[in-house]
Amino acid sequence: MQGEIPFVRSKTYHRKKIWIIFLAMFFILMFLIGRLVYLMVFCSEYYGQKAENLHERERDIKAARGRIIDATGTVLATNKSVCTISVIHSQMKEPEKVIDALVKELGLSEEEVRKRVEKVSSIERVKTNVDKEVGDRIRAYGLSGIKVDEDYKRYYPYDTLASKVLGFTGADNQGILGLEVEYDSYMQGTNGKILTLTDARGIEIENAGENRMEPVNGYDLYISMDVNIQKYCEQAAEKAYLKKEADSVSIIVMNPQNGELMAMVNYPEFNLNEPFTLTDAMIENAGDTNAMAESAGDTNALSAEEKQTLLNQMWRNQCISDTYEPGSTFKIITATAALEEGVVSLDDQFYCPGYKMVEDRRIRCAKTTGHGAETFETGIMNSCNPVFIELGERLGVENYYKYFRQFGLLQKTAIDLPGEAATIMHKQENIGPVELATISFGQSFQITPIQLVTTVSSIINGGTRVTPHFGVEIRDEEGNLVETLEYEKREGICSEETSETMQYLLEKVVSEGGGKNAKIEGYSIGGKTATSQTLPRSEHRYISSFLGFAPADDPQVLVLAIINNPQGTYYGGTIAAPVVKEIMENILPYLDK
Amino acid sequence: MAKSQERVKKEKPIRYFDYSLLFLIIFLLCFGLVMLYSTSSYYGSTRFGDAAYYLKKQLFATSLGIVAMIIVSRIPYRFWMNLSGLAYLLALGLCTAVIFVGTEAKGQARWLYIGPLSFQPSEFAKLAVILFLAMVIYKTSKQVGEFKALIKIMCIVLPIVGVIAYNNLSTAIIILGITVCMLFVASPKYSHFIWMGVAVLAVGVVFILAAAYRLDRIKIWLNPEEYEKGYQTLQGLYAIGSGGLFGKGLGESMQKLGFIPEAQNDMIFSVICEELGLFGAVCLILLYLLLIWRFMIIANNAADLYGALIVVGVMAHISIQVILNIAVVTNTIPNTGISLPFISYGGTSILFLLSEMGLALSVSRGIKFEVS
Repeated sequence: MQGEIPFVRSKTYHRKKIWIIFLAMFFILMFLIGRLVYLMVFCSEYYGQKAENLHERERDIKAARGRIIDATGTVLATNKSVCTISVIHSQMKEPEKVIDALVKELGLSEEEVRKRVEKVSSIERVKTNVDKEVGDRIRAYGLSGIKVDEDYKRYYPYDTLASKVLGFTGADNQGILGLEVEYDSYMQGTNGKILTLTDARGIEIENAGENRMEPVNGYDLYISMDVNIQKYCEQAAEKAYLKKEADSVSIIVMNPQNGELMAMVNYPEFNLNEPFTLTDAMIENAGDTNAMAESAGDTNALSAEEKQTLLNQMWRNQCISDTYEPGSTFKIITATAALEEGVVSLDDQFYCPGYKMVEDRRIRCAKTTGHGAETFETGIMNSCNPVFIELGERLGVENYYKYFRQFGLLQKTAIDLPGEAATIMHKQENIGPVELATISFGQSFQITPIQLVTTVSSIINGGTRVTPHFGVEIRDEEGNLVETLEYEKREGICSEETSETMQYLLEKVVSEGGGKNAKIEGYSIGGKTATSQTLPRSEHRYISSFLGFAPADDPQVLVLAIINNPQGTYYGGTIAAPVVKEIMENILPYLDK
Repeated sequence: MAKSQERVKKEKPIRYFDYSLLFLIIFLLCFGLVMLYSTSSYYGSTRFGDAAYYLKKQLFATSLGIVAMIIVSRIPYRFWMNLSGLAYLLALGLCTAVIFVGTEAKGQARWLYIGPLSFQPSEFAKLAVILFLAMVIYKTSKQVGEFKALIKIMCIVLPIVGVIAYNNLSTAIIILGITVCMLFVASPKYSHFIWMGVAVLAVGVVFILAAAYRLDRIKIWLNPEEYEKGYQTLQGLYAIGSGGLFGKGLGESMQKLGFIPEAQNDMIFSVICEELGLFGAVCLILLYLLLIWRFMIIANNAADLYGALIVVGVMAHISIQVILNIAVVTNTIPNTGISLPFISYGGTSILFLLSEMGLALSVSRGIKFEVS
């Protein structure tokens, strides 16, 4: 076979065809280079970005939330460093040692820890909110597979102090209640970021040069609350609450000149560091309402929905979210309107037989035997209903309503707290003689305590409607001023003269009239008592309250105390006035300093 | 005939050896090993705890291949003429055997195990087909211009193409491509090949439409981002795109860290793009172009048609594989598994590639400068 093989040389056409093949390959490869240019130059950004998104892992660095600081410089809300302890199964080398260390340091049962450690997962959380010292100790063991992540947790040094005002935050550092919600944007800060590169299994690549964006810490909120005054008020509220077995006691202390709130108490308060734990008082309430079905105090028997309802109730700031019939304290507004309109003067004579007929109804005075003949001045001191019914009639619906509007009574106060309730008032066209009569002594409609405080403040401060508020200033971490918070003021609510007359009249109420239980030697105090019955009237539940201010001729502080459903004596002058007196006794010398 | 042989002995020819080709091969080998190490160290260390695991295996195969290349380059290529028939039959046998006793990887049996060594018969088949076809065409070079002879030769290759296509379609396509190239060079005609091209196109369309999963591949090719199976292609594109003009630098690829599955195999070009950028990728393509150019020079100057045909076969083999691989990686054509010569991981492949280089060098040795 070999011998037959001829020797053939390549011919010219062979060479030509080899050339053609080469050229074909050349052009195809050139085309592919073109394709590469397209991909690597024109699509580079698109694909590069996609690849980067795939490789990058973003880890947030939490920004520290701004603190809340009171008028005395005391920190009421701050942050505490806490740790989250997790185990990473794939990195664990000595599981037994890890279990031992975690059991010892975290105080968990071995069984519980073992379950977590031996679970095959990418990362397993063992415990959160561990103190920083414990976290540091665990880190010091140097065991692989344990991850200690530091984090901030909101911390309230005074636990229950002003709980419903300060509010609390959720797990994501977001305000949930109170000032924490209102000033969330200031206090939140901007979270930082760590960008790290990972391989396809999600393992971070060392030395990849992590990209760090530092967090910007939140601003501090400076508020007008005074921790000492707040404490006095809470003590006073607690005392009244226990003594009168009341449902709740609310106290508001405000500077009537500028609307700065110094204290706001809604007793019982709750623990801000454990906002999701029902207080004993709430559990008792739940027991009362479900008395038939469940034994009192058994929280486990509550459904999640019931518990949430109770929590919402517990968190409720009654001073701004609940409306009530103000009763006799509202006579201040009626009197102011009447004086302003000029339909009454201090010496006008009235006669009270113990009731007044309005249309076919007989509306009684608190004193059923009647006050007899009295001037307007003594009428206010006696808190005589027929006198104010008369004033209401003299004013007429249209005028009366005009002053409501002028005083700002029909709008919200715009307080810097979330959840303010609006005034519930009859429509002007629905007010008949009976409604007019009841309104004039503070019944048949509802306002919030903060509305009452604000409106009365505006009347006695010379006629300037103020905006009640806590927030004063925003400062950064170092204490540099970032923003001074401004609030609306509206002048000309009533004339200076009327204002002074009201100061005089209300001082008389305390020095000689129904509010004498609030009298303090050496101070001139103005005030007005109130006792109102809640609906339905058949239940005989009362709200007794007292509104006082001092000094009477130049009010610097105004206190409203409301005792909700007291047992036994329920007259505001008897039980609420002493509460205000006690507070005044404490804070007037304090404020003078 | 006797006369011409006499002349060979009479004229003392200047000994020729294509050192440029040798240099290109060595350069490509070294570059390939560096890139392989860069690409495979992640898989090596995560799977076998040894970053150099793949490099070591490839180094072993490369050494064997270099020895084979040196030996083959020293054997006058006409020596293979008688053995090529045997080689063809052996390849056919091995490729058939792999269907029944082969070891599976990813659902396709392509490997034979001989003791600790694995062997991929289809790689050997390429070499065997080149040698066998060169012999057959050489012997029938007078008739190859006729259409009948063309069909006959095609028919001789068909059995092995069929057997290989059973579980390795891309290699079968490469072998067909090599066959067509060699026939094209041997035949003085053009029209036959135009008809052949039309026929291949028609068969291809029918072939794709015949099975739903092939149509799926086309869809994935057109829109890799919308299909789960487009993952590999897409990851390759991410790597290429993120390379930019000059790349991230040697060893800096992110995509090789498990994002591209088996990056050291067929997708290695995308990692080269990512690390060395457009610049590096174009340089590599130019390197291949130089290699192909050397093959063309050798083929054009080969002492006889047999040698020329062998080199044409080798040239067709290398160029088709380079083109198909880059086209797949850049998503220019639908995905099919083709390795990049000299660079992709694969022991059998590098061994037989280097043997082919040995053949080309051997042919270059036979070139005589005719003093005119």
